[in-house]
Amino acid sequence: MAGSDLFAQALNGLSYGVLLFLLSVGLTLIFGMLDVVNLAHGSYYMLGAYAGLALIAATGNFWLALAVAPLAVGVVGIVVERTCLRPLYRRGPLDQVLLTFGLIYVFEDLVKWIWGGRIRSIPTPELLASSVNVWGAVIPSYRLFVIAFGLVMAIGLWLVIEKTRLGAIIRAGVYDSEMTAGMGINIHRVFTLVFAFGAALAGLSGVIAGPIQSAYPPMGASILIPALIVVVVGGLGSLKGSLAGSLLIGQAETFGKAWLPGASMLIIYVVMAVVLLMRPQGLFGRALK
Amino acid sequence: MTGPVLARAAALIVLTAAVALFPLAAGTYPVKLLQEILIWGIFAMSLDLLMGFAGMVSFGHSAFFGIGAYTAALLLPKFPGLLAALVAPAVAAGLGALVIGFFSIRVSGVYFIMLTLAFSQMFYAVAFQNAFLGAEDGLVGIPRPAVLGMSIGSTGAFHAYLLVIAIVCALFLWRVVRSPFGHVLRGIHENEARMQAVGYPVNRYKLAAFVIAGMLAGVAGSLYTQFVGSISPSAFLWTTSGEALLMVIIGGTGTLFGGILGAGAFILLQSLVSSYTERWMLILGLTFVLLVLFAPGGIVGALRGRVGLRA
Repeated sequence: MAGSDLFAQALNGLSYGVLLFLLSVGLTLIFGMLDVVNLAHGSYYMLGAYAGLALIAATGNFWLALAVAPLAVGVVGIVVERTCLRPLYRRGPLDQVLLTFGLIYVFEDLVKWIWGGRIRSIPTPELLASSVNVWGAVIPSYRLFVIAFGLVMAIGLWLVIEKTRLGAIIRAGVYDSEMTAGMGINIHRVFTLVFAFGAALAGLSGVIAGPIQSAYPPMGASILIPALIVVVVGGLGSLKGSLAGSLLIGQAETFGKAWLPGASMLIIYVVMAVVLLMRPQGLFGRALK
Repeated sequence: MTGPVLARAAALIVLTAAVALFPLAAGTYPVKLLQEILIWGIFAMSLDLLMGFAGMVSFGHSAFFGIGAYTAALLLPKFPGLLAALVAPAVAAGLGALVIGFFSIRVSGVYFIMLTLAFSQMFYAVAFQNAFLGAEDGLVGIPRPAVLGMSIGSTGAFHAYLLVIAIVCALFLWRVVRSPFGHVLRGIHENEARMQAVGYPVNRYKLAAFVIAGMLAGVAGSLYTQFVGSISPSAFLWTTSGEALLMVIIGGTGTLFGGILGAGAFILLQSLVSSYTERWMLILGLTFVLLVLFAPGGIVGALRGRVGLRA
C-alpha cells in the first residue's frame, strides 16, 4: 500500500473513530453515573440521523440540522430517563438493560413507520462537497470537517468535565453517586442531564454520519456493538478511555477492511479480546470490583 | 403436600398428551407454531438456568444456538443420524461455551452482559464472512435425521421427535436445578461472596452452568435447523439472545418451565400481531418495556400471585 493510500485510510479511520467517540462518551458516562448499559444508545444515533434528514428536507440547511437535531434527540432522552428508567433505579441494573433493549425495537419501528425502511442518503453540505489534496491523497473535505469537529468536541468535553463545577459534580457522580447526593447535590437532576446530554451527543453523531453512511433503520442496532466494544476496551466510565478506544477501534476497523477483507468484521473483537486479556478493566478503567 | 403435587403431575401429563396429539386435531400452520414453541422453549429454559438460577444474565446465548445450528447444518447432509443431529451440536456448543465462559465469568452484572454480547457478535461476524459457512446466505437444504433407521420427514414423526427431546431437556434441567449443584448455583445468585467464603469454587460452578446451558442451547439451535431446513448468520445476532431473554421474562425468571410458556406467548403473539399489522416490532418492544416496568415476575409470577400457586 502506497504512503498516500495509507494516509487516506488513516484519515478514514480517524473520522469513523470520531463518530464512535461521540457515541461512546454518552454510553460510558451514563454507565458510570446511572449504572445503566443503555442498549438503546444506538437508537439515538439513528434518531439523530433521521431528525437531521427531516430538518434538511424542510429547511435545506445542514448546519441548522446539525444544531437542532441533537437537541430534539436530547428531549427524547429526557422523556425516556424520566418515564422509563427512573422507576427502575431501585431495582438491579439488569432490568434497565432489558428495558433499553425493548426501546430499540420501539424506536426502530417508529422510524420505519414514519420514514419507511429503505436507505435514505443525506446530502453533503455544499460548502464541504469538494475534495482536497493532502500529501498526494485525495480526501473529501467533509471527512476533514468531521475529524476537526470531533477534536473540538473532545477538547470541549474535556474542559467541561475537568474544569467546570458541573463537570466536578459529574465526576463525583461517576465515582460514587450516593455520596454525591449526600453532599446536597440533586443527583436525579444530574442523572437526567447526563442521560439527555449523552443522547444528544449520540444524535449529533448520527447527523454527522448521515452524509458518510446514509440513514437506514437498523443503523442504530449495528453501530451499538462497536460503541460497546469501545467502552469495554477503553474502560467503563472513563472519558479518556472512550477517546483512546474510539481511535483504536476506528483504525482497526478501517485497516481491517482494507487489508483483510475476508475477516474485517472480526478484527475489533480480536482487539477487544487482546485488551481484556492484558487489562480486564480496559485501557483506562478502574480495577474491577 | 401430596395433593397439589399429584394435581400438578396430572396437569403436566394432560398438557403433554394434548401437545402430543395436537397434530391429529389441527392443521399444518398451528402444528408448525407448536413445534416452533417447543424449540424456542428449550432455548429459553436453557437461558433460564443461567438467568434465574445462577443469576448470570447472558446477552450472548445466541452464540450457542448458532453453533449448534451450524454444526448440524454441516454434518447432517453427510451423517443423517442422531449423532450429527443432537450429540455433535451439543458438544460443539458446549466447547464454545467453555471458551466464552472462561473469559466472561470473571466479571459479573453489566460487564458480563457486554462481554457475552460482544462474543456472540463475533460468531456472527465469522459466519457472515466465511464462505465455508455459506457467508451471508447461510446453509440451505439441510435434511432431517433418521432416528433408529426411521425417517422423521413427516410432520407427525418430527412432532413426536421434538416433543420427546423437549421433555428430556426439561426433565434434565429440572433435575439439575434440584440437585446439590443447582442449590449451589442459587446460593451463588443470592450471595456470591458468602459461597466463596464457605469454600465453593464459585467460578467453576458458574462455568459448569454456562456450559450446560450452552449445550442445551446448541440442541435447540440444531432442532431449529432441522425444523426450517436452513440456517443463516442471523441466528447468531444478539437480538436472538434478546428475544430469548424476553421469553424467559414473559414466562417468569427462575421458574424453568416458564421458559416454554414464555416462548408460547411470544410466538403466538408474534403470529397473531403480524397477521393484523406490520408493526410487530413496535408491539414487541412495548411488551418488553411494559413487562419490565410492571410485571417483573412474568406469567408464572402472576399466576402465583393470583391463584396462590407455589413452586
